[in-house]
Amino acid sequence: MRNTTALSRRDFLAGSALVVSFSLLPGKLLAQTGAGQPTGPAFGSLKKYPYLDSWIAIGGDGHVTVFTGKAELGQGIMTALMQCAAEQLAVNPEAITMVTASTARTPNEGYTAGSNSMMESGTAIFHAASQARNILIGWAATDLGVDAAQLKADNGTITAPDGQKRSYGELINGRSLHVAATNQTNLIPPDQYKVMGKSLPRLDIPAKLTGGPIYVQDMRMDNMVHARAVRPPNYDATLRDIDTSAVEKMPGVIKVIREGSYLAVAAEGEYQAILAMRALQQAARWQVSKTLPKQADVYSVLQSLPTDSKVIDNRGNGAIADESAALRAVYRRPYMMHASIGPSCAVALFKDDHLTVWTHSQGVFPLRATVAKMLSMPENQVDCIQVEGSGCYGHNGADDAGADAAIIARALPGRPVRVQWMREDEHGWEPYGSPHVAELRGTVGGDGKISGWDCDLWTMTYSTRPAGDPANLMPAWYLEEHAGPPQGSQIPLPAGGGDRDIVPTYVLPNTHIIYHYITQSLPLRVSALRSLGGYHNVFAVESFMDELAASAKADPVDFRLRHVTDPRARDVIAMAAEKFGWSDTKPLPPYHGRGFGYVRYEMIKAYCAVAVEIEVNPDSGQIRVVRAVAAVDSGNAANPNGIENQIEGCIIQATSWTLYESVNYSESEITSRDWGSYPILRFDAVPDSVKVHVINRPGAPFLGTGEAGMGPTAAAIGNALAHATGVRLRDLPLRADKVRAALLK
Amino acid sequence: MITLKINGKDHQVETDPITPLLYVLRNDLKMNGAKFGCGLGQCGACTVLLDDQPIFSCQIPISILEGRNITTLEGLGTAAEPGPVQKAFIDEQAAQCGYCIPGMIMRAQALLKQNKSPSDRQIREWMQPNLCRCGTHARIMRAIRRAAGTVS
Repeated sequence: MRNTTALSRRDFLAGSALVVSFSLLPGKLLAQTGAGQPTGPAFGSLKKYPYLDSWIAIGGDGHVTVFTGKAELGQGIMTALMQCAAEQLAVNPEAITMVTASTARTPNEGYTAGSNSMMESGTAIFHAASQARNILIGWAATDLGVDAAQLKADNGTITAPDGQKRSYGELINGRSLHVAATNQTNLIPPDQYKVMGKSLPRLDIPAKLTGGPIYVQDMRMDNMVHARAVRPPNYDATLRDIDTSAVEKMPGVIKVIREGSYLAVAAEGEYQAILAMRALQQAARWQVSKTLPKQADVYSVLQSLPTDSKVIDNRGNGAIADESAALRAVYRRPYMMHASIGPSCAVALFKDDHLTVWTHSQGVFPLRATVAKMLSMPENQVDCIQVEGSGCYGHNGADDAGADAAIIARALPGRPVRVQWMREDEHGWEPYGSPHVAELRGTVGGDGKISGWDCDLWTMTYSTRPAGDPANLMPAWYLEEHAGPPQGSQIPLPAGGGDRDIVPTYVLPNTHIIYHYITQSLPLRVSALRSLGGYHNVFAVESFMDELAASAKADPVDFRLRHVTDPRARDVIAMAAEKFGWSDTKPLPPYHGRGFGYVRYEMIKAYCAVAVEIEVNPDSGQIRVVRAVAAVDSGNAANPNGIENQIEGCIIQATSWTLYESVNYSESEITSRDWGSYPILRFDAVPDSVKVHVINRPGAPFLGTGEAGMGPTAAAIGNALAHATGVRLRDLPLRADKVRAALLK
Repeated sequence: MITLKINGKDHQVETDPITPLLYVLRNDLKMNGAKFGCGLGQCGACTVLLDDQPIFSCQIPISILEGRNITTLEGLGTAAEPGPVQKAFIDEQAAQCGYCIPGMIMRAQALLKQNKSPSDRQIREWMQPNLCRCGTHARIMRAIRRAAGTVS
């Protein structure tokens, strides 16, 4: 199996199965231009890119190249997509090279985000590979003079009943797969799967674990310079005055870049660049014009801002019959951050009026459009090529680092520029996940079922991705012709943005849910953080389900099942409960509790249920998850271990968010600037066991997985705290000091 | 000129002696294993071994490393022939983005060299300085248990 991470250089990992091929001038494939293509069949991204050769190329040696507009982010998508192609094209995995997101080489599939990659790219590749196999069979029928129905494709070879064979390499000779997909696909049926549903080892892991050049951080180009941006003290700052003469004389310094209030430095050596950046920080005099609101006031400020309020769900008569009987609860979530382990990085080269940016952006096409606009360059003179970075979990500093590299590279034509953000840059400047307030009211009828469900939700945008607007690239805020602030936009349901998963998929007779979308953005920068509003909203909905269950004196799992008719939802809830041992009535040790959470992610994606057992330290108030059990149905599971890995990751990351995390800030600056001031989960808090059970539905449509476990984990922990101690905390995070204070009450 | 002994081989380095080892490994010697994570000694992404003990390479200037035995991820094995700890991580598929994993492997290597069968508690305490954001911790612990007894 091979993996082409776009370009960087000519490195070859001797003896390894993994080749990273690097070249500087990629050939643009005709099929990838997008323009003038007919609308294709509704098979994921085939709709936009119907030509089979946009997705699949077969060489004369039979080697297959698969193109995807999605990026490997450490979620294992490259391996899962390879399996889709291998299965339906009837080739061995070893015969496939994957090419991921590049404006120079792949279809434009937008952002690699929102758990959409299997639904969009997976579906496209599944069908494209199958239709390509049928075309190859047709060619073999012609060449061999045999009826196509009698031919069998396997391992890249087509065989006739009389033993005659033609390899794909022989068949492709002089022929073209520049054929538009049709709406008829003769998919290989699930009972004949050889590759789908198998937990093949991930393509990218061996090189990552042995020091291979994988990440954009690892790119080293001839004559490359190292750059650092010098960030202002606050969002709303202008550079009043700076004397750069001393810094320009520092060892290795090539250039101080100043454009308006944008300040950066390039040096021959990386540490020289860091020392020069520190010296510039000392020398710069900034004018700070605006302060941040008091952190303690965030929720009251939030609920006082102008909103665009809409009823987003209204079932039955929509009203709670008896307001006085209603149970009420308010749930809140503060700003939280992506906090990638590796700060953002990018490499750019401006040469012969062409700009190339190597970036770990989740959307190289939108980044290209936005960088081009920021620099007033024609889009066809810019290429953005995705190279892996550290895990991002949404819109972190990746695009901004790409913008930094582009600005600095333009000031240093002919020399590749590597910009590496510092830790305090990532913590202080990435766009955070937005704060939320959800007020819920509910009633339970005499039949033990929910009779009314009302909700008011306040939050703001989760979408300030580049999208063609330079205001969404933070470095552009400080340029001479400055852009900003970001405007943000809404994402319609069923996916939703801030309102994601606030509409319960339970069967409820009467609901009335209002989304108060805050139109005036708060000063702290926000954008897409894994699962967007879903993390908080599932925490709120699933906590409230437990509160209603308690009021009905019902078991939380039984209570959920009362409100479920979809058999797949039922299976996931029942599986998680059974594997956890939910019906085991043996009492837990003191200060231990158990909790449950469930979601049908984005109302139409993966089904996921999480059960946890926690222990609470009664002296410190610290919660620890002792064990976690999850069940997930993502439809047709390409690589079950990949799904398990994603949900395990959700459980542990959401545990960290839920137990520890909130962005801290003073009126003058963000104060969460490192791992000391923004602590996350460490090994002492890792559960003793995390088990994920995948319910595979071979042949069913792919359902997005990667974010589904976030909300259910948060809710399960909150519910377990209530079970362990009788204390119900509704303000995230469930930090030790808050638990302790509640226990002392 | 400073001579650095890395993975058993001497390297002559002309870089400013105040430069932390991390930047010399990555830039002068073009090695990818040690990663920049925080530059503050808070995350462990840059972990390498100094005389078999884990250190944060972002914190140690090369001026004090002359002649000392430095081991990096590259010294443990290759993709074709991974070392035992690397192999255990591959077998457990103990990575998502993988950025923190080289540091995890180096720290685990040091533990397993001095303790053939660490308890879960010992593993947690030993690994405490290293951060992972993808939430791969449970797999990392499984990989360390799997590798126990294989490091000489």
